[in-house]
Amino acid sequence: MIMEAVTGPAPIVELDEVGKTYRNGTLEVHALDRVSLQVVEGEYVAIMGPSGSGKSTLMNILGCLDTLSRGRYVLDGEDVADLDEHELAEVRNRRIGFVFQQFNLLPSLSAWRNVELPLCYAGMRPADRRPRAEAALTRVGLGERMDHKPGQLSGGQQQRVAIARALVTDPALILADEPTGNLDSVSTADVLDLLDELHAGGRTIVLITHEQEVADRADRVVHVRDGRVLDDQREPAAPRPAHAAAAGVR
Amino acid sequence: MRWRETLRIALEAVRLNRLRSGLTVLGIMIGIASVSLTVGLGQGAQTSVRQQISALGSNLLVVTPGSSTSTGGVRGGAGSATTLTRADAAALADRAVAPDVAAVAPVTQSSQVLTAGTSTWTTSVIGATPSWAAVRARTTASGRWLTAADVTDRSKVVVLGADTADELFAGSSPVGQQVAINGSQFTVIGVLAAAGSSSTTSEDDEALLPWTTASDVVGTSATTVSSIYLEATAETTLSAAYQEATAALDVRHGIGTGDDADFSITSQQSLVNAATSVTRTLTILLGGIAGISLLVGGIGVMNVMLVSVSERTREIGLRKALGATPTVIRRQFLAEAAALGVAGGLLGLGIGALGAALLPRVLGQPVTLSAWASAGALAVALAVGLVAGVYPAGRAARLAPIDALRRE
Repeated sequence: MIMEAVTGPAPIVELDEVGKTYRNGTLEVHALDRVSLQVVEGEYVAIMGPSGSGKSTLMNILGCLDTLSRGRYVLDGEDVADLDEHELAEVRNRRIGFVFQQFNLLPSLSAWRNVELPLCYAGMRPADRRPRAEAALTRVGLGERMDHKPGQLSGGQQQRVAIARALVTDPALILADEPTGNLDSVSTADVLDLLDELHAGGRTIVLITHEQEVADRADRVVHVRDGRVLDDQREPAAPRPAHAAAAGVR
Repeated sequence: MRWRETLRIALEAVRLNRLRSGLTVLGIMIGIASVSLTVGLGQGAQTSVRQQISALGSNLLVVTPGSSTSTGGVRGGAGSATTLTRADAAALADRAVAPDVAAVAPVTQSSQVLTAGTSTWTTSVIGATPSWAAVRARTTASGRWLTAADVTDRSKVVVLGADTADELFAGSSPVGQQVAINGSQFTVIGVLAAAGSSSTTSEDDEALLPWTTASDVVGTSATTVSSIYLEATAETTLSAAYQEATAALDVRHGIGTGDDADFSITSQQSLVNAATSVTRTLTILLGGIAGISLLVGGIGVMNVMLVSVSERTREIGLRKALGATPTVIRRQFLAEAAALGVAGGLLGLGIGALGAALLPRVLGQPVTLSAWASAGALAVALAVGLVAGVYPAGRAARLAPIDALRRE
């Protein structure tokens, strides 16, 4: 896939004919089959699909948590297909912010200590970490609850701490895997509003969901089924039509 | 990621599972405490044995009757000398025969009941020569020592060991008082300065008479002796003195080459060597048994680390997703295992020090805890923790982040 335009937003995710095959004994499972996808800077993309469609595998590949069997993956200008485990850890640390369905906060650490974790692994000095963690928590509206432990926070608040943790390294891509799957409707709206805000602020977000209500918030919805991209729709009312025009679509 | 940070995370994990960490630490603690105590006991025993023996005089040789190599039975032959005589002692005192022997003290020995007023005490009564005090490196704490005149005059005088004096004259000064031995009245002329005692022999429980008087009163032989103490001219001439004494006695007893000698000569050094080698063997044996408990403690650490890894699979997955490399994860778990080991080591040393303070009162045995051995024990505890942590840490490092995150 050759990009004709040098102008316009930079591509963040470029998947080219990516395949992933799991071997289960003698049985080969093609979890992903020749998936090509491009996401440019500032886009808010929802990936939808029923369970078993390969959307989780796609999420793992996008998040550099799993390696590809075939194809090419360029993340934020860096080809990550051939990186080893150490290099992938570094890519995850610098370029990706994860938001999980289960929040995945460490229960023994206070909110700000949870948020500063990625900075620890980036090798940042402790003195520099605290202000950045505080800024990220303030950004998600939890400036007053820095020292609360996850157990003292509601589900919605915990997910906001997780979003702060995803933001703190200023990553190229925020990857949210069913971020509202464990939340009630009020908290869901709360978290989705926050993601909207981040998007409006120019963040690139890829969100995986099976709920239409959640996908509707995104300005582009990619449907996945049987390891393939079924269709790729842009919301007509997308706030940034300029980005959509520049996105390479197959 | 820095080491300090890794250590902090590891310590937080240790603190988080207080009970489990505590029980694991207990295993290492018991191991280190028992190792340091057994080694301490062994070293204490060695030091005290060495001190006791060298207090007797490092230039000392002891000639005793009987063969050290004899396989049993009595050496036959009419007039064969199976005992040492005063003539033997006189010959050894001849500087022409044994130039490296400085002084000779033949002694006779028998067990007697001593009576002073209403107190009685059974002790070893030694028929001594005036040279005895110099050869055995003993002095009197009060009164005077035996003189040549006491021997020739067959005086009824006695010098008591410090413990013996205490037993017979508790509180009051013994010098000038009377002691009855085998029906005869003796005047106490002196008390020896304490030399210290071990659990098996006492150098302070004895009564010394002129050998002539001993022969008169308690019937010990006037010609044969129980043993002969020799003092070499210097520590360096000890082996020369040994050779000369052996040669002289071989000639006097008519012992040819290849025959078993009917006497044996031991040096204090050989006693020290024998005693320390026994205690060393015991120390190694006991230390080995204690080491096994340390090994069991190490297995406990490994077990708990494996549980910790599988319990925290999600946490490991999360840390990896956030950018922790396998190396960082491995270090984190190694640091945790090492922390358990060191905590156990420190506590074990504490218990060891406590034991070293209390045990001597119970056992009457000194316990020596050297700084060197303590540092070694701590290093061993650290090593045990690290070795026990290698496999669990490797497992944590190898966990695939997706599998780890998915685990409930």
